[in-house]
Amino acid sequence: MSNAVEVRSLSKSFASVKALDDISFDVGEGELFGLVGPDGAGKTTLFRILTTLLVPDRGTATVLGLDVVKDLWEIRSRVGYMPGGFALYPDLSVAENLEFFAAVFGTTVEKGYELIAPIYRQIEPFRDRRAEALSGGMKQKLALSCALVHRPDILLLDEPTTGVDAVSRREFWDQLGHLKASGLTIVVSTPYMDEAVRCDRVALIHGGKILEIDPPRSIGTRYGLPLIAVRGGDRFGLLHALREFPHAHTVYLFGDELHYTDSRADAPPETVANELREYLAGRGHKGVEAHPIAAGIEDSFMELMGSAPAPTATAA
Amino acid sequence: MQTLRYLLRKEFLQIFRDRFMVAQLMLMPIIQLLLLGNAATFEVKTARMYVVDRDHSETSRGLVDRLQASRRFVAVGSSPSTDVGDQWMLERKTDVILGIPSDFERDIVRTRTAQVQLVLNAEDGVAAGVTQSYAAQIIGAYANELEAELTPMVSTAARGSGAGAPTSAGARPIEVRARGWYNPDLNYRDYMVPGILVQLVTLVGTLMTAMNIVREKELGTLDQLSVTPLSQSVFMAAKLIPFWIIALVELTLGLLVARFVFHIPMLGSIPLVFAAAAIYLLAALGIGLFVSTLVDTQQQAMFVTFFIIMIYLLMSGLFTPIRSMPTWAQWMAQLNPMKHFIEIMRAVLLKGATARDILQPIGILALFGTVVLTLAVRQYGRRVG
Repeated sequence: MSNAVEVRSLSKSFASVKALDDISFDVGEGELFGLVGPDGAGKTTLFRILTTLLVPDRGTATVLGLDVVKDLWEIRSRVGYMPGGFALYPDLSVAENLEFFAAVFGTTVEKGYELIAPIYRQIEPFRDRRAEALSGGMKQKLALSCALVHRPDILLLDEPTTGVDAVSRREFWDQLGHLKASGLTIVVSTPYMDEAVRCDRVALIHGGKILEIDPPRSIGTRYGLPLIAVRGGDRFGLLHALREFPHAHTVYLFGDELHYTDSRADAPPETVANELREYLAGRGHKGVEAHPIAAGIEDSFMELMGSAPAPTATAA
Repeated sequence: MQTLRYLLRKEFLQIFRDRFMVAQLMLMPIIQLLLLGNAATFEVKTARMYVVDRDHSETSRGLVDRLQASRRFVAVGSSPSTDVGDQWMLERKTDVILGIPSDFERDIVRTRTAQVQLVLNAEDGVAAGVTQSYAAQIIGAYANELEAELTPMVSTAARGSGAGAPTSAGARPIEVRARGWYNPDLNYRDYMVPGILVQLVTLVGTLMTAMNIVREKELGTLDQLSVTPLSQSVFMAAKLIPFWIIALVELTLGLLVARFVFHIPMLGSIPLVFAAAAIYLLAALGIGLFVSTLVDTQQQAMFVTFFIIMIYLLMSGLFTPIRSMPTWAQWMAQLNPMKHFIEIMRAVLLKGATARDILQPIGILALFGTVVLTLAVRQYGRRVG
């Protein structure tokens, strides 16, 4: 068994909404696999199928070689699952939450301590504090400890960093790195593109479809059009002006700069950048910088999403 | 078993950590029982009576005196014409109009029969009925008295017709002597308190059970728990048992209040009451579990539970007799666990019924409980399969 997860032509609809539309992918053993996509892309539905909480309409999925429909009890005792929004008991203390989830799996905190120690030690000083009184980052660490306490063979994490501060997010990904190094397979979803680069491979998911699966660094390489970063002055004025440029393909606000994609695939990026500078100067935008850049995951995502038949087309 | 123990520990930890919950579970039903046990009665204290006496004889005055002497009636006004009385009735200044015709005394002496008219305000049908039966008793007694005064052969009947309902009093030669068995003084409290207690324990237990699981849905912990080796039946047992125990404790407290505050007779076996309660509560709380499988929020759970409990309550025979309901409603009442348990409580406490006497309602409750719990567990299973 070389694949920890195998998904084949998986579809699931709720009423008239296609949450998952004919999805197929594999996750190798020991891989840190990312599912990246906006809210409503179908990430949670996919997790709920993999964790046996939902039955797919069509297609098959296996986790650890076990069928998600037939072998649900075997899967349930071997996966570690962290649902979105940290499913903890707010009125129980940190220690009580952890002990409870250990007991449900028929084990004890002591037996699982070695695995959770690097994470749990950080919140252990607050072991008697109620979970409701924890910060987002501490809740996240407790939830991860609870999902790990029974020493699962695979970790399924649904948006584990949503609602958590930037420092905790980085720490969390460091922990995932350690867990991966110990040989644990991890499937994690996130709406944040910057987190995707820490995965071995990333699946871009949108509108219930997988747009692309690649290692994060190579995702941008398939970007076929010249991409120019533009910065300086009035950003909304620039956005407006760039969108009126005859060869504009897409223009997006991107942090404090704008990413402009030209529709002429064969135009040299430097030439395009020069054209833009002249054009903008002509429209009264002074001191504007424009230079070619390599596409990142987010650029690819925007580009792919623009061409995908999206039922919920607005994504941040 | 080990897992179940941990789950139960967690449930009790959560319940007793929530002070409001503890107050809600323990104090509220007792306070309600004390309030409602004192307030809820069909007894009509004193009816206000308007007298239209056209006879002005000794016999007619005697009748009014007897009615007043009973303290069930107090004359609030009188006149020889009905107009004022009707107006007073309309303005709710009187509950009863007593009409005595002009030849009342003469008719009694001559023909041994006479008529009086009793007009009752029947807006509240139950109260009107009670008032009417009080009046019938008193008038009947008065007729007996007159009979003794007159020649031994005289037979008197005072017949009144009020609002279409004839009040027949002292219809000789057949004499009706009513005796209420099991509750000889017709003490409504004896009758109401066990019923109210059942209702309160059921409401709290069912509501808490329904809302508890839905809370786990809201927290997301239900999903988390589902991705564990925990079986549905163990999970459901862990949710049911705490509230089952708490409901039994509540029942105990309620019975103590019933015994020592309301002095409700307890003729039958108390262990039998608890055995029946143990079965009944499985059925009642099972409904709570089932509701929690159908809804997504605590608010929905509350509304659906209230919907069901209200129907159970009003069709339990506590407020209106089931035999007076239409046939379909009587059939529905058979499916009402609350009705069966109220009957059991009354039978055992007031009549001293034994296990054999209540075998049928207990059987129905056991069957109901089994069906509801099976449905609830299966409904949970359906989320996955």
